[in-house]
Amino acid sequence: MFARTPMFARPEQLPRDFRLRYCFLTLDFGGSSVAPAPSLQLVGHHSGSATMQQQSSSSVDDSAPNPPRPIPRLNQYDTGSFFDELVDDHNLARPGAEELVELFNQLPPRELGRRQQIIERTLYRMGITFTVYSDRAGTEKIMPFDVVPRLISAMLWKHIEAGLKQRIAALNRFLCDIYGEQAIVQEGIIPLDVIESCPAYLKQCQGLRPFNDVWCHITGTDLVRDDTGSVYVLEDNLRCPSGVSYVLQNRHVMKRNFPQVFGASRVRPVSDYPSRLFKLLCDIAPPHVSDPTVVVLTPGVYNSAYYEHSFLAQRMGVELVEGRDLCVEGDLVYMRTTSGLRRVDVIYRRIDDDFIDPKVFREDSVLGVAGLMDAYKAGNVSLANAPGTGVADDKVVYAYVPDMIRFYLDEEPILPNVPTYLCGRDEDREYVLDHLDELVVKAAGMSGGYGILIGPDASPKERDVFAKQIQDDPRNWIAQPTLRLSRMPTMIDQNLEGRHVDLRPYILCSRPNDVWVLPGGLTRVALRKGSLVVNSSQGGGSKDTWVVAEEGQSVASPGTTDAP
Amino acid sequence: MLARVAESLYWMSRQAERAENLARFLEVTLHMTLDQADFLVDPWEPLIQVSGDNEWFEQKYGRANLQSVVHFLAFDTDYPNSMLSCLRGARENARSVREVLSTESFEELNAFYHFVRDGREGQLKDPTSEFFDQVRQHALLWAGVLDSTMAHDTAWHFMNVGRLIERADKTSRILDVKYFNLLPSVDDVGTAIDDLQWSTLLLAISGLEAYLREHHLMDIQKIVSFFLFHPTFPRSIYSCIAGADRSLREIEKQSGDERDSEARQQLVALRHRLQNTTVKEVISGGMHQFIDRLQCELNGIGDALGKDYFYASHAS
Repeated sequence: MFARTPMFARPEQLPRDFRLRYCFLTLDFGGSSVAPAPSLQLVGHHSGSATMQQQSSSSVDDSAPNPPRPIPRLNQYDTGSFFDELVDDHNLARPGAEELVELFNQLPPRELGRRQQIIERTLYRMGITFTVYSDRAGTEKIMPFDVVPRLISAMLWKHIEAGLKQRIAALNRFLCDIYGEQAIVQEGIIPLDVIESCPAYLKQCQGLRPFNDVWCHITGTDLVRDDTGSVYVLEDNLRCPSGVSYVLQNRHVMKRNFPQVFGASRVRPVSDYPSRLFKLLCDIAPPHVSDPTVVVLTPGVYNSAYYEHSFLAQRMGVELVEGRDLCVEGDLVYMRTTSGLRRVDVIYRRIDDDFIDPKVFREDSVLGVAGLMDAYKAGNVSLANAPGTGVADDKVVYAYVPDMIRFYLDEEPILPNVPTYLCGRDEDREYVLDHLDELVVKAAGMSGGYGILIGPDASPKERDVFAKQIQDDPRNWIAQPTLRLSRMPTMIDQNLEGRHVDLRPYILCSRPNDVWVLPGGLTRVALRKGSLVVNSSQGGGSKDTWVVAEEGQSVASPGTTDAP
Repeated sequence: MLARVAESLYWMSRQAERAENLARFLEVTLHMTLDQADFLVDPWEPLIQVSGDNEWFEQKYGRANLQSVVHFLAFDTDYPNSMLSCLRGARENARSVREVLSTESFEELNAFYHFVRDGREGQLKDPTSEFFDQVRQHALLWAGVLDSTMAHDTAWHFMNVGRLIERADKTSRILDVKYFNLLPSVDDVGTAIDDLQWSTLLLAISGLEAYLREHHLMDIQKIVSFFLFHPTFPRSIYSCIAGADRSLREIEKQSGDERDSEARQQLVALRHRLQNTTVKEVISGGMHQFIDRLQCELNGIGDALGKDYFYASHAS
């Protein structure tokens, strides 16, 4: 440690114990160790779970292994015969979750609920809220947050990461192909009418080649686990997936409130997402630009994901623009500044394809920029994601992703799809109509938890309505077996109850062979008892997601800042 | 910087400053009513007069009294210039430019707004000067956070221009309150009651101590001069105009602009006029007329800023 010059002070005002205090201060800030908070210090019971204190101290005696301790059991909790992410069938902590379960057992009654409230207040103070518009008093609510974090072991994460990298590589190859030669259609693997009938397939993008041959720069893939703990891909979101700001913000509040157990659990950091995203955006700029101007394009302050747009712009240090801030002249994109027009080279757009350019797509769009597509086609501006990526996350095209992986990569899929019936196929449709009470039916062109029928929960009348819709427009409907989704302990009225969860990891792709997966993701939880719908528009909340580090991987320190 | 962002910052800053000044109005008036059992003049009516929205007020509330004025100026969500409406507007503007604000600034403005909104119900029943004092504390914290957590770049200078133009306007209105009080009670000039009213006025701009250090005793001309022309007191009109001028000069410099903007020309002209006017001239020409003209000029500067910066690139 370097010697430091003491702070200058008027001698007569120097407190008598100044030197002593000062030494203490330098110790605190100088080293990499984090001062332990007064309570709830937990000591790990095997080598992988030493506390941060011990890890950063060189004086720990490595030669004396800690004696094995019994695996902690989560008391007063019912897994209800579902696969639980935190504990096994006997309520014993799963590997990596020992500290967490032990903490829950040790906390005084209602302490967990108290911390939940503190976190909710913090989120409120941070202004991460949405307004209830029907209420004239302007009541605001935070996105529901649950205090119990989800843990993912290093081994499981390795599997998920490999599967996502493979899947994104294949999907990107598919996008290059489908807007190019269409080899996958010519080889008879995907029928042409599946592509052409897809509303997100943009003829205007036929023949285009985005820089670096990357279409889907930013993806948020929805994963679920079933009764056996197997991981499935439920949906690929390649348009404007949202939620990553909540990953960072959830981490920020959890680190503040559970520093000890956080450190002990060896959680991998998520804090570098914005800088990775910024590097990616610079990397995909038109090649002739050396110091690109990057902007984030938002529909505006009333969009439900506005906080995220502003958060990402702030974290990357770039302008957050609305459509009205941009204009196109001579196929060049400019933003209106206080000192006139300024060139824009890369746009991370959080506006759907339909709205980005009223000259090409929806004429009534006031969110977009007239002429943007011409500038894009002329190679004067890069768009992330590229327009047209929606074809790859169409719910019908989804069923063909395993075939894409085989076709483009000559590999077997690492992460399976959920088995999917395509109502456009006669035999599938008949099966679906006969088994509506067992299946989940989804409209191909809808997202956000809309246009869904959960067969086992639906009334005969609701099922009849869907049956009619399926027969009227079979191409627009798919069905999947109702999975018994995994659950997580969740704070409900001061008690831990099991609730169903999914997981949305975020993936960045700057080159066809350079795919990066954020070690973490958004765990969404269906707060309503028994509900399988996790979308925030349908009463879903979120949890922090802790990916456990392997030996040698960097660990997030509770003392550093992840978010605001 | 983006023109839209500059405009939002400018207004965010104006609205927060406006809210702060309303709190100052109300706090000192509430405080004064405690000291003085028998009023020679109604303390509430002038607050409505100087808001410039007296017709709006009369239609909705009728007579001005403690309850109705506090409701109107502090908490009326239908009235766009009430303290609560201003803070809501400031916060909405802040939300739309959150990416250029420091996290601390946003969180303080958010807390500021919630404090006032949450205090509404209790204050409508029983207004206290303590509440408005706390509002002022929030405003001071907000100003301090802005100054010490953000680079003093173009964005900051736009906020500063907004803050100072608003402050100049409000200081002039605080002085104007006295004009309404003064007329019916010329006989009281120089009495103890009058001293109390003047010192209350100085308190409203946090200037009592600074004034006493220089002049020791209440003197109408010196007080008016303090309000209008003090070279360095941060709430005097001259000091606000000079500060806004400095910030505008910085904006021009930082955006590499050689032109002398319309707003800048008007600011410089106003600054010169203030420098070359004496208190005697103001009082003999009519203080209210002087203040009225000043407020019109401030509005003109606001319009010019729009043409120079906020909508300039829309012409193309």
